[in-house]
Amino acid sequence: MTGAADERLYQGADWNFQTIQRIHDACERVALGELGLTIYPNQIEMITAEQMLDAYSSVGMPLFYKHWSFGKHFAHHEAFYRKGVKGLAYEIVINSSPCISYLMEENTATMQALVIAHAAFGHNHFFKNNYLFKLWTDAEGILDYLNFAKGYIARCEQRYGEIAVERTLDAAHALMSHGVHRHPGKKKTDLREEEQRARGRREHEDSVFNDLWRTVPAGPSKSASELSQERRRALLGLPQENILYFLEKSAPRLRPWQREILRIVRHVAQYFYPQGQTKVMNEGAATYVHYRIMTRLHEDGAIGDGDFLEFLRSHTNVVFQPDFDDPRFSGFNPYALGFGMMQDIERIVTRPEDEDREWFPQIAGANDAMGVLRDIWENYRDESFISQFLSPRLMRRMRMFHLCDDPDNADGVRVAAIHDERGYRRIRRQLARLYDVGWIDPNVEVVDVDLEGDRRLILRHTVVNGGLLEETDARRVLQHLADLWSYDVLLEEADASGAILKRHVASPRHAAVALQID
Amino acid sequence: MHIVDRRLNPQGKSLENRQRFLRRAKALVQRAVRESTGARDIRDVMEGGEIAIPLDGMDEPRLHRGAGGVRDQVFSGNKEFIEGDVLPRQGGGAGGKPREAGAGESEDAFRFVLTREEFLDLFLDDLALPDLAKKRLTDADSDSLSRAGYSVSGSPANMAIGRTVRLATMRRIALRRPRAEELEKLKAELAECPDEDGRAELALKIAALEAKSRRIPYIDPIDIRYRRFENEPKPVAQAVMFCLMDVSSSMSEHMKDLAKRFYMLLYIFLTRRYRRVEIVFIRHTDRAEEVDEQTFFYDQATGGTLVSSALETMKEVVTERYNPADWNIYAAQASDGDNAYSDGSATVGLLRGFILPACQYFAYLEVGEEGDGSLSRSSLWTLYEQIRSENPVLAMRKVSERSEIFPVFRDLFEPRPAHEGAST
Repeated sequence: MTGAADERLYQGADWNFQTIQRIHDACERVALGELGLTIYPNQIEMITAEQMLDAYSSVGMPLFYKHWSFGKHFAHHEAFYRKGVKGLAYEIVINSSPCISYLMEENTATMQALVIAHAAFGHNHFFKNNYLFKLWTDAEGILDYLNFAKGYIARCEQRYGEIAVERTLDAAHALMSHGVHRHPGKKKTDLREEEQRARGRREHEDSVFNDLWRTVPAGPSKSASELSQERRRALLGLPQENILYFLEKSAPRLRPWQREILRIVRHVAQYFYPQGQTKVMNEGAATYVHYRIMTRLHEDGAIGDGDFLEFLRSHTNVVFQPDFDDPRFSGFNPYALGFGMMQDIERIVTRPEDEDREWFPQIAGANDAMGVLRDIWENYRDESFISQFLSPRLMRRMRMFHLCDDPDNADGVRVAAIHDERGYRRIRRQLARLYDVGWIDPNVEVVDVDLEGDRRLILRHTVVNGGLLEETDARRVLQHLADLWSYDVLLEEADASGAILKRHVASPRHAAVALQID
Repeated sequence: MHIVDRRLNPQGKSLENRQRFLRRAKALVQRAVRESTGARDIRDVMEGGEIAIPLDGMDEPRLHRGAGGVRDQVFSGNKEFIEGDVLPRQGGGAGGKPREAGAGESEDAFRFVLTREEFLDLFLDDLALPDLAKKRLTDADSDSLSRAGYSVSGSPANMAIGRTVRLATMRRIALRRPRAEELEKLKAELAECPDEDGRAELALKIAALEAKSRRIPYIDPIDIRYRRFENEPKPVAQAVMFCLMDVSSSMSEHMKDLAKRFYMLLYIFLTRRYRRVEIVFIRHTDRAEEVDEQTFFYDQATGGTLVSSALETMKEVVTERYNPADWNIYAAQASDGDNAYSDGSATVGLLRGFILPACQYFAYLEVGEEGDGSLSRSSLWTLYEQIRSENPVLAMRKVSERSEIFPVFRDLFEPRPAHEGAST
């Protein structure tokens, strides 16, 4: 079924901006009409390889504050790229409104069509509709906020010196993975207000400053012992798993600009928090969308047969899943798993078998594949998605098995479950758990501090399955934490019964935090 | 939908981050640069290149679980396992049969590419010409701007508003330009004036004053003043480096190669670090001649050896062009150490009598045959050693391998505790 040449969106590998526009419009017709997606307005940006490397090193964002670690990543990626060890991504897409997709200039016209369908429609729809993104990110505000953050940090550098700012940022980055709220608060984040809030607070401080207060003799303050430990914890909001938040609010000797920097790093971490939890779904959805769009365009004759073969080749590369004994294996490929599941769901909805009816009574035979998928994309994250929708058929196809490596078992590693009737549910539960951030990230909380006493900060790592923290890194992170806190820090690793398995202690280095000038 | 073409955006967006990174890793990078120069050709060095630094101190720690504890993993591609199989662990540790997915073990070294500029900067970073002391006013590129009063012409950006307004006020007062209040007052009087004559008189007066204020402008071009700046020459140290190379037939290809490498390095060093250092190339056999850079590095010549001829030429050039009172004079001599026996006294005489007193620093590099670690003294070395005991500006080194060039060069130009009066 070859359409007439003049119906084609493009000829050959070359493209220009009219071609891109035509491709986008054609994709849009399929995406919005046939697939019923809802998206942020699109903005497509053409970039060079160097700019792609730039984007890599600043976590994909178009603008970011300055820090040496980004330079390090850039140098690292660049060395790999130059040697040809690693290719670059075809695109990067940013969860913002308008949704910005970066396309590489080297891509052929077919690749541009593929990445437009993938990023500008697949990811875009997912960003706009998934509940985690709705809850945690503010697509309209993010670029303005990053702009504010960049400016704020640059001003801090001018005023307080690059070294002091760099140290604060180093410490904040070390704690970044523990700088997110895992449970939704009362208020939705509004990044646009952030800048105004920072300014407002500064103005307020200026306006109420009165040096006389310093000279007023203070009455005897309430002694610490009067407050019960329970009450003290409640006042500080302990236990608190968001360490950066706790430092921002309660660290005794941080200066206001340092708190603001912690806040910035915390907001950035929060912004990326949903992405880590939806890798499989996000890529699965985008891959499914580009596959549907490209197939439809080919059927309509908008893409030639040769070009479609080129697309299929890239597509199969992307969704390739090596076996465990393959040297290329490094865990599940999120594209392969995600795309496999999306296709499987489409099959269950439209052509269910008896097994599917038994496992998925709520969707089997519902006949509206896109409706079901859109609903799933909206309301699940990787962990819940896999634990509900991974079908026995797909487990059989990918020949999944579960290994349990228990150090107490001297004989070796036990095969705990395979893709058979007895194993389906266990494999599914286990795989889902591997995508559960609550399970992957070590659970570290601030549990106690006596602000009136020695001010030692006590943290606890709740150990699961005997997995202790990696010692060297833990010590370094703790050092950064102590520098921010300015007093001793104690990290206890305790198992579920409360028995302490290990302790780490760190004391602040003196020069690390700019001393407060009183 | 918008399409934005970013390809023409300014390049080097990450340059600042890169500089910060290099600054932070400076000590490590510098060590790596030194180490890497040993194995490399000088031309490669000039191209920059890849270096590896240990990750220590550059790491970004995160809290994460280490090895140990019970691990559960799900894999794909089962072929023969059934539930309950126990697979022996490989390599003793956790890990079992399938490869562990990259569990945070970082590489032990971090590799990246330095540009030519960065590489040279780091390599030459802490080298300096010793005793760069004599300073004299010279022309050209060391000017600085300083304020020098006002002028009647200049660029609008430099307009001196205060001065301009002051002049305008003075002129208006001197020429009795009617003031605005004065006119207002008369106009008010006119409005209130009851009788016809008075009104006509007032109107006349007002018209005259208005005409006058039109004739005398509020600000006249002649009032305008501009801030004036003048170039002020700053004292700079001027220096000249004499490169003396023996190209006689006793020098083997290997020796010439070593000598040229040394001068190449010296040349790069001087041209990069000092904008105002002049370089004089002199090559000699039994005759010496001053040559240009191209000839010095690439042309062939052969003949006997008379070191004094080169020193003589240097002396001529110094007396002719570089007055020792004004110039910091440096010399680097490379030779295999052979010299005609009869030439010894002439050489010593020149060195003692003129060259060394005029020089800030005289580096003598003796090049030897490859693998020649012998302690035998060449005639020139013996000669120079005598002089050195009484004259510390003379420094001597021996080189017989390519890889020694870099360390010896560094050694010669490492900043040392300054002699008296040395500072720049």
